[in-house]
Amino acid sequence: MSAHTSSPEITFQPNHSGGTGRIWKIFWVLSVLTIVELGLGYFLYAQHGHLGYATVLATKCTIGLLTLAKAYYIVSVFMHLGDEIRNLIMTIVVPLCLFVWFIIAFLIDGNSWKNLRNTAAGSRPNKMEQVSNEAHQ
Amino acid sequence: MSTTAIPAGTKWWSGGKSPFNVSYGKVMMWYFLMSDAFTFGAFLISYGTIRFSVNHWADPNHVFNAFPFAGHANLPLAFVSLMTFILIFSSVTMVLAVHEGHNMNRKGVEKYMIMTILGGIAFLSCQAWEWTHLITGDHAVLVNGQIEHWGTTVSKNPWGPEVMFNGQEIATPGPIAFGGYFFGITGFHGFHVFSGVVINIVMYIKTKLGHFDQRGHYEMIEKAGLYWHFVDLVWVFVFLCFYLV
Repeated sequence: MSAHTSSPEITFQPNHSGGTGRIWKIFWVLSVLTIVELGLGYFLYAQHGHLGYATVLATKCTIGLLTLAKAYYIVSVFMHLGDEIRNLIMTIVVPLCLFVWFIIAFLIDGNSWKNLRNTAAGSRPNKMEQVSNEAHQ
Repeated sequence: MSTTAIPAGTKWWSGGKSPFNVSYGKVMMWYFLMSDAFTFGAFLISYGTIRFSVNHWADPNHVFNAFPFAGHANLPLAFVSLMTFILIFSSVTMVLAVHEGHNMNRKGVEKYMIMTILGGIAFLSCQAWEWTHLITGDHAVLVNGQIEHWGTTVSKNPWGPEVMFNGQEIATPGPIAFGGYFFGITGFHGFHVFSGVVINIVMYIKTKLGHFDQRGHYEMIEKAGLYWHFVDLVWVFVFLCFYLV
């Protein structure tokens, strides 16, 4: 079926003789991951104001990890990157590692701004956290 | 599904062949999508920085709790879940179109491209409703000791912290950045969906006219598919950053 040559740059023709079973399997995986995310999101909503800082943070991090899992399945299976040769995978994935620094550095920066504002650059104690804790009680 | 049999010890960098074993167009589509990922990533990270830098941010479960024809029912996460499933399903029909393309089945490609286009239009319609609802929906806000009624726009945020006023709780103006980031990022994503729908319509017409049968392969469907899946991929992160956390 795939004997036709689509491009002279393709040295080794991929074999496309498989069925659609894997596509539907990934559809169900993505659906279940989304439903779990929604369940956790609803948990945060329903328990709003009753949860400790650590629990909220842990739940949000779990939702973030589930999102990364969804991204992996979309890119690997739907976009067929997982079926490409290692050279192509690396030329796309390695530059994206820049996001690790990008996210950490800028979120820390935002948090630092908040602390500087609330304490007038460290010249007075942070009253804001007490206020927000009282508001939730 | 599609595995490539590659002889051991193939020298990819010795010249005379593509070291990526894909066509030029597909490599460039991947690089374009990578640059687009950084554009969206920069937008979302900038949003995160501003959100981390303020003491109060709009609670998504209060802002996005409406559903068409449901009146004032409080349904957090419901409508955006529908939008998410529409986009995931249109991604599935797109990858099925690519699969039919591999088998040189023109009728199959046409069928799944139509379904993908309809999914994209459905998503855009949902977004149009959501934006209209946010911009035109009135919310009581305490501004300088007076109660005003604000919609959510790029210059007005009625979702600030609540205070007591005349014995009842009432919201105060929230950080002005909320509307700008929400409409900016979902708008940029919606524009990608719109251009994806246009590209898919062009691909559908070219399939219908038999251009890919004459060419002997359906690689253009694969490239359009890469773009469409990317749009779905970005939505996964927009969904996370604006609605879930």
